[in-house]
Amino acid sequence: MSRDWIIPTVAALALLLLPAVLTPYTQDLVVKVAIYAVFALSLELLVGVTGLVSLGHAAFLGIGAYVTVLASGDSGGSIARVLPLAVLAAAAYAFFVGALSLRTKGVYFIMVTLAFAQMAYFVFHDTKIAGGSDGIFLYAKPTLGALDLDDKRQMYYVVIGTLIAVYALIALLIRARFGHTLAGIRVNEQRMRAAGYATYGYKLAAFVIAGALAGVAGFLLAIKDGAVNPELLSWHESGAVLLMLILGGIGSLRGAVIGAIAFTLLKELFQLEALLGPVAAHWQMTLGFTIIAFVALLPKGLIGLRARLVGARHG
Amino acid sequence: MDLPTFLVQCLNAVQYGLLLFLVASGLTLIFGIMGVINLAHGSFYMIGAYMAFALAPYFGDWYLTKLLVGIALSAVFGFVLEWVFFSFLYQREHLQQVLMTYGLILVFEEARSLLVGNDVHGVATPSWLAGGFELGGLMSYPWYRVFASIACVIVALGLYFVVNRTRLGMMIRAGASNRDMARGLGIDIKLLYRIVFAGGVALAALAGMIAAPLSSVYPGMGGSVLIICFVVVVIGGIGSITGALIASLLVGFVDTFGKVFFAEYSGVGVYLLMAVILVWRPEGLMKRAY
Repeated sequence: MSRDWIIPTVAALALLLLPAVLTPYTQDLVVKVAIYAVFALSLELLVGVTGLVSLGHAAFLGIGAYVTVLASGDSGGSIARVLPLAVLAAAAYAFFVGALSLRTKGVYFIMVTLAFAQMAYFVFHDTKIAGGSDGIFLYAKPTLGALDLDDKRQMYYVVIGTLIAVYALIALLIRARFGHTLAGIRVNEQRMRAAGYATYGYKLAAFVIAGALAGVAGFLLAIKDGAVNPELLSWHESGAVLLMLILGGIGSLRGAVIGAIAFTLLKELFQLEALLGPVAAHWQMTLGFTIIAFVALLPKGLIGLRARLVGARHG
Repeated sequence: MDLPTFLVQCLNAVQYGLLLFLVASGLTLIFGIMGVINLAHGSFYMIGAYMAFALAPYFGDWYLTKLLVGIALSAVFGFVLEWVFFSFLYQREHLQQVLMTYGLILVFEEARSLLVGNDVHGVATPSWLAGGFELGGLMSYPWYRVFASIACVIVALGLYFVVNRTRLGMMIRAGASNRDMARGLGIDIKLLYRIVFAGGVALAALAGMIAAPLSSVYPGMGGSVLIICFVVVVIGGIGSITGALIASLLVGFVDTFGKVFFAEYSGVGVYLLMAVILVWRPEGLMKRAY
């Protein structure tokens, strides 16, 4: 427990030194994985810490991304204005969704969050406020002083820095009184209420924080891709991020990051024609069977793999 | 809106709602009894529709025979699927099952693309159901849609009969309300689950087969139906077949008339309905009716 910080710190240092040896393609890939890791971490605060399974988390990613593009306009604008706007918009929608959906529980909660995400999806998909189903391009990326996000190296450090900051923030939250309360709610909400905690407020706070952090991921994603489209908010995306958590192993921050890495890399790997030849065109099949194999063989996610191997060695 | 248009829209709403009911009833049964959140349920609808397309050349106008063969095939398919992919999952967490069904969606979509390709295909209506009847002089309403509604009603009645009036239905209800007790009384839960799953798959596939001539068959058709059916199941109250019926008709009307009156925001309507109903009744309209 006390040495919990060693592996993440080593990983963070390695990430900071990595660009020296990366090709442009792999550097891009690391950026993509890191953004999804931020996204997965934000959901972990809900699923793993508080025990709230949301199937609509992509809405906040998408809103963050859309607001980034809309606020940047034709001339770019300042990050100091665009980023807070994107995060605030995501947090505001999270507040609205959370306030209503936290009245429900369990599967109903899963479905209500999904419904609200679908509403956001259809607003962007069917109306003309943001390019309809085609989405919109980000013509000029926002800047801040000397920071130029068009520069791949700078973008890399911004994304990795954000990932480290978000990881540290959630790790701190979990260790704080607030995090202990959330964990208490996950284990036994009734008891927390009896102990005098206004659990609804805590859950809502967690939901809004998670939404805001997903908004940060959306901001980064919009800048990395240079375009947004409604598919960012679709239930496939919400499902994919939940899969990352399950794949990595729910209940640890490391699991969320490992899951994001595994899912994104597997998807990328199975599409590589150089590796799989004609099978690459049918990557969905390979990915599908891999997921099924994971479920069958690794009930505790990738994070449980180590425990299993260590356990096997000890007898 | 004049009266004939209104009537046609009402008929469309009912027909769409009934079709949703076929898919949603299987989904609600599988969830209510087996506790499995089956994301792959939309794929079974898709498989049904493609089956209608693939079987069409062999049956021609023997349309009802084709439906029966399709039902049998899909039930067998569901039976095997439960055995291979789900039977070992019940002791695990819900999320593991979600992951499994997500994997299955990918496999089914790709298999569809490999076998049939990615083109949109039309499926002909049988010739004895071609044409339509006059409505108010100007409008005509296709016979096939009438047939679709009637077929759905017959299936719904049959389902009601099976669940409420037969020994199998009794076991299903027993398994839904208390699994351990049902097992204690000597009911073979494993077999029951397999039967329920097979039935759910057959219902979804039947809906797909009926819908195929109306919507044609296209990639991704399972996904949109899946989400709408989840909405239906949740509005109706998970595990309740009556609730699913009421909810699917409600969704049918909101969707159809939403498209007429608020074309641009029509996609939002159904989800708004669900949000409002759940804020009002957090466990759906019918909280486990049986």
